[in-house]
Amino acid sequence: MSPSISLTINGEARAVALDDPRVTLLDLLRERLDLPGTKKGCDRGQCGACTVLVDGRRVNSCLTLAATLDGAEITTIEGLALGEELHPVQAAFIENDAFQCGYCTPGQIMSAVGLISEGSAGDDPERIREGMSGNICRCAAYHGITIAVQEATRNMIRTDKEDAA
Amino acid sequence: MKRFEFIQPSSVEEALAAWEPGAAWLGGGTNLLDLMKIGAMQPDRVIDITRLPGLSGIETLSDGSIRIGALVRNSDLAVNATVARDLPMVAEALLSGASGQLRNAATVGGNLMQHTRCNYFQDPHAACNRREPGAGCDAREAGDRMALLGWSDGCIATNPSDFCVPLAALDAVIEVRGPQGAREIHVSEFHLLPGDNPQRVTALEPGELILALRLPPEATAFAGHARYLKVRDRTSFAFAMSSAAAALKMEDGRISDARLALGAVAAKPWRAAEAEAMLSGAAPEEALFTRAADAALAEAKPSGDNAWKIDLARRTAVRALLMAAAGTPARIPALPASPFGSKVGDLAHA
Ligand SMILES: Cc1cc2nc3c(=O)[nH]c(=O)nc-3n(C[C@H](O)[C@H](O)[C@H](O)COP(=O)(O)OP(=O)(O)OC[C@H]3O[C@@H](n4cnc5c(N)ncnc54)[C@H](O)[C@@H]3O)c2cc1C
Ligand code: SF4
Ligand code: FES
Ligand code: FES
Repeated sequence: MSPSISLTINGEARAVALDDPRVTLLDLLRERLDLPGTKKGCDRGQCGACTVLVDGRRVNSCLTLAATLDGAEITTIEGLALGEELHPVQAAFIENDAFQCGYCTPGQIMSAVGLISEGSAGDDPERIREGMSGNICRCAAYHGITIAVQEATRNMIRTDKEDAA
Repeated sequence: MKRFEFIQPSSVEEALAAWEPGAAWLGGGTNLLDLMKIGAMQPDRVIDITRLPGLSGIETLSDGSIRIGALVRNSDLAVNATVARDLPMVAEALLSGASGQLRNAATVGGNLMQHTRCNYFQDPHAACNRREPGAGCDAREAGDRMALLGWSDGCIATNPSDFCVPLAALDAVIEVRGPQGAREIHVSEFHLLPGDNPQRVTALEPGELILALRLPPEATAFAGHARYLKVRDRTSFAFAMSSAAAALKMEDGRISDARLALGAVAAKPWRAAEAEAMLSGAAPEEALFTRAADAALAEAKPSGDNAWKIDLARRTAVRALLMAAAGTPARIPALPASPFGSKVGDLAHA
């Protein structure tokens, strides 16, 4: 069986005919849907470069078969900003020098967005480092990454409160 | 990756009917897909079970048992309020495993069934009795982190799961269904020691599917004094070199019942019954914990260049018992199950 799937990617409905069930979500995005923002590092779940949100939860797209995703909602780094307005995590990464070469950055940012919505780390640096441990940075920008996630968490909580008021 | 046929059944009956020799169940895929990419597993048919209804719940049964569906994701199980409160060392073990992304995908069934991380098992060019009966075992020459207990000349691999260690300590029961109908397997009989037959890793028969996991009501009685401790090469996102799940029931300052299981030392999570017997009825003291840990590892034998691991496993057990005696922390520490995550004397809720 060669499954056809429909899924929503960054808010846009897409129908995809899969000629091969071996295609991972990562390869689907990069090779077939022209969304190369999601990066391939290890292709084995060990580095986090390929992190995207599936139905709002962060996962490794390299270990997810596209065929399993019929009906799913995918968010990649390309879908995070609102037009010209950066997502608070993106802005905080720039503000705090949270990258050098930038290769791991899309995965770091998607993972941070997932972590913040899980809500278990708050702005505790130790909990953030633990929560982000599935994302390896070859340039070791970890210090800036931790501060960026702390700052984005605080900004997002503040915005939520203002919205509620 | 070898080409396979992809099937997505929508009921347990359909899934069981779709099974044939050479097929593999697909849960979160974090282990299966990885092994397929490197060629260590080559199923002809992949049956995606993640859409099967009725396998994603966590419920407390009328007798007080906690029943967990096979498709519950590791991350959801760890933060479930009942599990965090009544089975804290299960939550701590889960949160010490893999990464946030992987735990979001990994299922209960997949974690129970995850394959060894033995490098030679993962390398299709190496000799491995587990992958290919009779081929030999390249780990015998080079392995320095392998099993200490229950290994055989045929295979010295360890079970890598964190989750399964507290499950072994707490007498979990695994509910399965297959071509011959439904049955239950006690966790102590689920993972098999290699013996002469290393390719047989679990008691699951071909075509059997895990439907749920059950923790008996007694398991919750240890909630006040239950810890999982994991020692690894780095503080996070690494498999255990050694680990221990320790749980005590305390009455009037004495241990009325004890549970101890060790991880990463054998092909199965290693329940230490002799140690538990020594602990029961005694006052919680470091000297006692040391004697109990010695008893737990009395039969340990290096399987290669890993005599150092015996000492490490013993110290891990002692520390886990000390942490359990100090009490379960009110909140899981920032570094779950890490020796650096919380101090032995930290305030606890019970
Ligand atoms: C980089 C990395 C780091 C990791 N670190 C850790 C760690 O520190 N600690 C730890 O414990 N684990 C760790 N893991 C392993 C992880 O926990 C497992 O991969 C995961 O639990 C497997 O679950 P899954 O649902 O993805 O299984 P799958 O990959 O879908 O399946 C695994 C196996 O189980 C079988 N299976 C799945 N569901 C069922 C079922 N219901 N009935 C019968 N058979 C079934 C499959 O056929 C397959 O053989 C790590 C994994 C990776 C990739
Ligand atoms: S230890 Fe076991 S799994 Fe590893 S190579 Fe030897 S037989 Fe294979
Ligand atoms: S590419 Fe997916 S985790 Fe490394
Ligand atoms: S910025 Fe270079 S790998 Fe992280």
